Amino acid sequence: MTTPLLSLQGLTKAYPGVVANDQVSFDIGEGEVHALLGENGAGKSTLVKMIYGLVKPDSGTMLLRGQPFAPPEPRAARADGIAMVFQHFSLFDALNVAENIALGMENPPAMGDLAARIREVSETYGLPLDPYRTVGDLSAGERQRVEIIRCLLQDPKLLIMDEPTSVLTPQEVDILFETLNKLRSEGTSILYISHKLEEIRTLCDHATILRLGKNVGECVPSETSARDMAEMMVGSTLQTPERSGREFGEVALDVSGLSVPSPSEFGTALKNVHLTVRKGEVLGVGGVAGNGQDELLGVLSGEIITAPDAIKFNGQPIGKLGPTARRKLGVLTAPEERLGHAAAPDMSLTENALLTGSVREGLENNGFLKWAETKSFAEKIISAFDVRTPGPENAARSLSGGNLQKFVIGREVLQNPDVLVVNQPTWGVDAAAAASIRQAILDLAAKGTAVICISQDLDELMEISDSFAALNEGRLSAPRTTTGLTVDEIGLMMGGAHGMEVAHV
Amino acid sequence: MIVLEKRPQPSKAWSYATPLVAVLATMIFGGILFAILGKNPIQAIGTIFWEPLFGEFAFYYRPQLLVKGAPLVLIAIGLSLGFRAGIWNIGAEGQYIMGAIFGAGAGLAFYPLDAWYVFPIMVIAGAFGGWIWAMIPAFLKVRFGTNEILVSLMLVYVAEQFLASVSLGLLKNPEGHGFPGSRNLQSYESAHNAELIAGSGMHLGVVAAFVAVIFAYVLLNRHMLGFHIRLTGEAPRAAKFAGVNPARLILFCLGLAGALAGLAGMFEVSGPAGVVSIDFNVGYGFTAIIVAFLGRLHPLGILLAGGLMALTYIGGEIAQSQLGLPAAAIQVFQGMLLFFLLAFDLLTNYRIRAARSEVA
Repeated sequence: MTTPLLSLQGLTKAYPGVVANDQVSFDIGEGEVHALLGENGAGKSTLVKMIYGLVKPDSGTMLLRGQPFAPPEPRAARADGIAMVFQHFSLFDALNVAENIALGMENPPAMGDLAARIREVSETYGLPLDPYRTVGDLSAGERQRVEIIRCLLQDPKLLIMDEPTSVLTPQEVDILFETLNKLRSEGTSILYISHKLEEIRTLCDHATILRLGKNVGECVPSETSARDMAEMMVGSTLQTPERSGREFGEVALDVSGLSVPSPSEFGTALKNVHLTVRKGEVLGVGGVAGNGQDELLGVLSGEIITAPDAIKFNGQPIGKLGPTARRKLGVLTAPEERLGHAAAPDMSLTENALLTGSVREGLENNGFLKWAETKSFAEKIISAFDVRTPGPENAARSLSGGNLQKFVIGREVLQNPDVLVVNQPTWGVDAAAAASIRQAILDLAAKGTAVICISQDLDELMEISDSFAALNEGRLSAPRTTTGLTVDEIGLMMGGAHGMEVAHV
Repeated sequence: MIVLEKRPQPSKAWSYATPLVAVLATMIFGGILFAILGKNPIQAIGTIFWEPLFGEFAFYYRPQLLVKGAPLVLIAIGLSLGFRAGIWNIGAEGQYIMGAIFGAGAGLAFYPLDAWYVFPIMVIAGAFGGWIWAMIPAFLKVRFGTNEILVSLMLVYVAEQFLASVSLGLLKNPEGHGFPGSRNLQSYESAHNAELIAGSGMHLGVVAAFVAVIFAYVLLNRHMLGFHIRLTGEAPRAAKFAGVNPARLILFCLGLAGALAGLAGMFEVSGPAGVVSIDFNVGYGFTAIIVAFLGRLHPLGILLAGGLMALTYIGGEIAQSQLGLPAAAIQVFQGMLLFFLLAFDLLTNYRIRAARSEVA
C-alpha cells in the first residue's frame, strides 16, 4: 500500500467542558475525495482547523507523505500544499475578484498577470468567473468560485471544503462536482465536509464518520445506503417523518400582488408575490439564501407592514396589522435567525416564551405579567420538544443551536396557530432534532394548520411540503404540487441557471 | 497569554460583586493618588467615606446626603429606562433646568396667593417642562431619525441660555434690587417644598425619588412595557418581532425621563435652592448618567449608587476643606469609580483565562 497523503493518528483536542476530538485517526490517500461526515457539533470543524493550522491538537500526530506535519499557523499549512474553502466567505464586497484574490496572497503578482491566471484556472476547471467583476454583485455560488480559485492558484495537494453546497442551487452543485472530479483526476486530494448524504454518495471515494468527537466508522459511500450512513452519524435509528393523507380545507392565507421594498439596505425587495395556502397544506418555499426569504417572513409576521388587501387571512385583510394583532388572529411565525430575532440571547427561556406567547397563552393581565404561567408555558415547550437545558431560567444563548431551534419552533407550534410560517426550521439542527421538528410541523398540518416552510434544504421541502414554490430575486414562482417534481424542474424554478450566463467569458 | 472567554451565562455572583469590587479598587487607587499628592491616603479615604455618615458633624451632613442624592436618583431612574432600551438621553440637565423654570414659573404666577393647589400645579408644570424638553429630541428622532444623543445634549445649552434669560428677565424678583434671580420660593409658603421633618433633609423630592424607584422596579419586572423596554435594549429585532412599536417606545422613554428630570428640578428650585438663578444647575443631570450606570440600570442599584455618589460629593467637599485636597483630585476619584465599575463589569459576561499561546 502506498503512503497516504495525510495520515491522522490519535488527534485529540479538548475545550473546557467538551472533548471536540477524541483519538481521531484516519488516512487520506492521494487523489482521493474523502468525506468527513457528522452532525453539527460532532467535531468536524475542529478537526479540519487542526489540519489547517488554526488549532493545535492536545495530543496525536499528523503525517504528510510520511513526514511529521504540525503546522503552527495556516500560512505554514498553505506552504505545505493544504488549502481550505470555508463555509463562510471572507471576501470584500467592494473589491473585484482579482483584488480579493490578491489580498489573500503572500506575494501577489501584477494585477494583469493575476487576472490572466484567474481566467486560465477558471477555464481549466470549468468555474466561469470574470476577474474584474465586483464581488458585491456575485451570487453565492460565484463567490464560492472566488474562494475555490484562490485555493487552486496555490496548486494545493489537499483541498478542504467545509459544507460547500449549502449555498448552491442544484445546477451549481453539478458544476462544483465536475470541478472536484477534475481535480481528483489530476491527483489532488479533497477532504469534503458535509452532512448531505446523497451528494457524498455521488462524489466521495471514502467517508469517515464522526460522532461526539470520535471516529465511529468508515465506509465507501457509493456502497452504503444513505440511511445507514445517517444512522452511523446519529448513533440511533432514524425516524422518517410520517405524513398521513390529508384533505385540504379552504384557503387560510392569501397573498396577492405583494410588492414591498426591503427594510435593509442589502435586502431583496419582494416583487409581485402571489401565494395561497389552504388549511392543512404545507407550502414549501425554496430558493438560495438572500432572494427575499427574510422579507417574506417579515411581511407575513407583521414586522413589515403592507397594503391591507395584499395579505388576507380567512378572507380578512391583515396587511396593515402588526405582529401582536396577527398573533391574536392565529398567524404565527418563526424567523430563521434564532439569536437576536426569534429569541433574545441574554434573556431566560421563560422571558423568551413570553416574547411571542403573551397574547395567545394569556400571559398578561392588563399589561401586568403572569410570571408563574409564563414559566409553566416555557416548561411545557421544554418537555414537549425535548429541549436540553437545566431549566427555563437559563439564558437562550446558553442553549445549543439545535436546542434553541426546538424551543423556538415549539413555542409557536404549542400555541395552536391557524397559519404557521417558519424560515429555515432545521438550519444547523442535528438530524434527530430536525426529524422531530419536521414531524411537529406535519402533525400541525394534519390538525388543519396552514403551514409555509421557507427553507434552503430541498430534501426537507420535498419531505414535508405538499406544494413547492421558489423565491428568486424577490419573485415567487407559481406553486406546484410536490409529487412528481424533478430536481431539474426545481432548479429551474430556483433560477438554477443563475450566474451561468457569465460562463466562458 | 491571557484571554477573555465569554461565559455561557452571565455570572450572577459577579453582577452583584462588581460594584463592591469597583468601590474597593477605587479606594486603593484613589489612596495611591492621594498619597502621591502628599496626603495620608487612609485619612483621605476615611474623610470621604466615613466623615459624612459617622463623623463629628454627621448630624449636618446626613440630611445633605438625602438632598443631594434625591435628584440624582430621580433623574437616573428615568434615564435608566431609556438606557435599558438603547435610547440615549444625555440631556437630563436641560430637562432638569426646564422643569425648574416651568415649576417655579407656575408658582410665581400665583404669587402671593395662598392656596393648597399652588404646589400640585407646580409639580405638574415641572414635570411638563422636563417632558416637553425631552419630546424635542424624541419627536425629531421618530420623525426624522435624528440622533437623540446630540439633540438632547445640545438642548442642555439652550436650556442654560433660557435659564439665564428668565433669571434676568421674566422671572426676576421685582423686589430684588436689580440682582438677577427670582423671588425665593422658600419664603412663599404655598410654593415651598419644605422639609417634611425639620432638619432631616427629607423633602417631597426625596419621597418622589423613592416612589420612582418602586415604580421603575414594578414596571421592569412585572409589566409588559418594562419587558418590551428590556427586550428592545437586548435584541431590537426580537423586540420588533414581538410586536414592539419602536417609535412609541422612544416617545415613552424620553418623555418619562424628561418628566422625572423636570420633577427633580422643580423640587430642587422650590426646596433646597429656593430661587431660579443663572447658576441654578450644578450638573445633577450629567452625574445621574454615572449614577444610572453605577447602579447597573437597576432601580435598587440606582438607589444605592445615588447614595454613594452623594457620599463622595459631600465627603469630597469635606476632604477639600479639611485636608486641602484639590477639587480635581476628587473628580478623578469619582471618575475612577465609574471606570472601575465598567472595567469589572466585563467579568459578568466574560471570564479571564490564562491560555497557552495558540495561533488564532
